[in-house]
Amino acid sequence: MPTPGSGSRDSGDVLPVRLAPDPALSRLAVEVDPRAPTTVALAEALVRTMRASPGCVGLAAPQVGVPARLFCLDVGGHRKARSYAGLVVLANPLLVAAEEPNRAREGCLSVPDLTGDVVRAGRIKVTGAVPGTGEEREYAADAFEARALQHELDHLDGLLFLDRVAGAHAVHARKRYL
Amino acid sequence: MGALAITAIGDDRPGIVAAVTEVLVAVDANLEDTSMTILRGHFAMMLIVGCDRPAAEVEAAVAPVAAELDLVVSVREVSTVPPAAAAGAHYVVTVHGADRPGIVARISRVIAAHGGNVTDLVTRLAGNLYVLTVEIDLPSAQAAEALRPELAVAAADLDVVAGLHPADADVL
Ligand SMILES: [Zn+2]
Repeated sequence: MPTPGSGSRDSGDVLPVRLAPDPALSRLAVEVDPRAPTTVALAEALVRTMRASPGCVGLAAPQVGVPARLFCLDVGGHRKARSYAGLVVLANPLLVAAEEPNRAREGCLSVPDLTGDVVRAGRIKVTGAVPGTGEEREYAADAFEARALQHELDHLDGLLFLDRVAGAHAVHARKRYL
Repeated sequence: MGALAITAIGDDRPGIVAAVTEVLVAVDANLEDTSMTILRGHFAMMLIVGCDRPAAEVEAAVAPVAAELDLVVSVREVSTVPPAAAAGAHYVVTVHGADRPGIVARISRVIAAHGGNVTDLVTRLAGNLYVLTVEIDLPSAQAAEALRPELAVAAADLDVVAGLHPADADVL
């Protein structure tokens, strides 16, 4: 049982998530120094916030109001996932290959009441730097993991799935919270 | 065969579609293009039906069901001219932002000013988030490039985010 004042390392470390129409979600994020302690701390907070949010498989820094090119992702156990890289945390990520477009429905922690049908590549390669070491990594992903990576990359460019929906009838009320 | 435009709207409840379409079968009306959806708890039906009976007769036939289900129903005769195949370029306009009056009016005026024809439009209000998605036909891809900056100006005035992208026409 935590005593008052003793839980500061854990409590408060789950960050509040910005909800559309918050303008923070529509801004271009800027590159970060992957080795900077602030980047490492932000990455850890993103992962904690993602883990604390039911159904959340990825979270980008703009979603917590920080305009930094940094996100985390973990599609473990998702029924539509094929490739699975484990926990992915990348700074300054780049999409370097994309093919096999397909259309599917997706949601977002920042748009809790709606889902949308979006065309995305089903097979991609993403590069980026690992926070802390700064090591450059490349991930090859397909299926749901590829979709989720592209969704997080979009957040860094100020884009929501609402900006990419395939047509007038491609925005849906969320029936239940997954 | 003649054609009738029928609209019906009322508080959503089970059985509206069945009750209305059963009446239409009974008056020999053939459902052609229809769209039915729930708009903020109201069930809305729009139908074009092939039918040789006068609108007044069909409206009278629907009246008991409309009264029972508390539906506002309208039946009108419309032309049977087949729609021209849409020419030009097909695009999707996406808009989202804080809810405020005039978003659809402003955005659709900008679209019209560039010769854009709205073919489908859906709005959703979720909390304070207003989402507008419009499918449009434009005369050409050049018209789209001319529309893009003016859409951005309108979006800035409305304090919303707007985008324009080609409609996905992949045949899978
Ligand atoms: Zn998201």
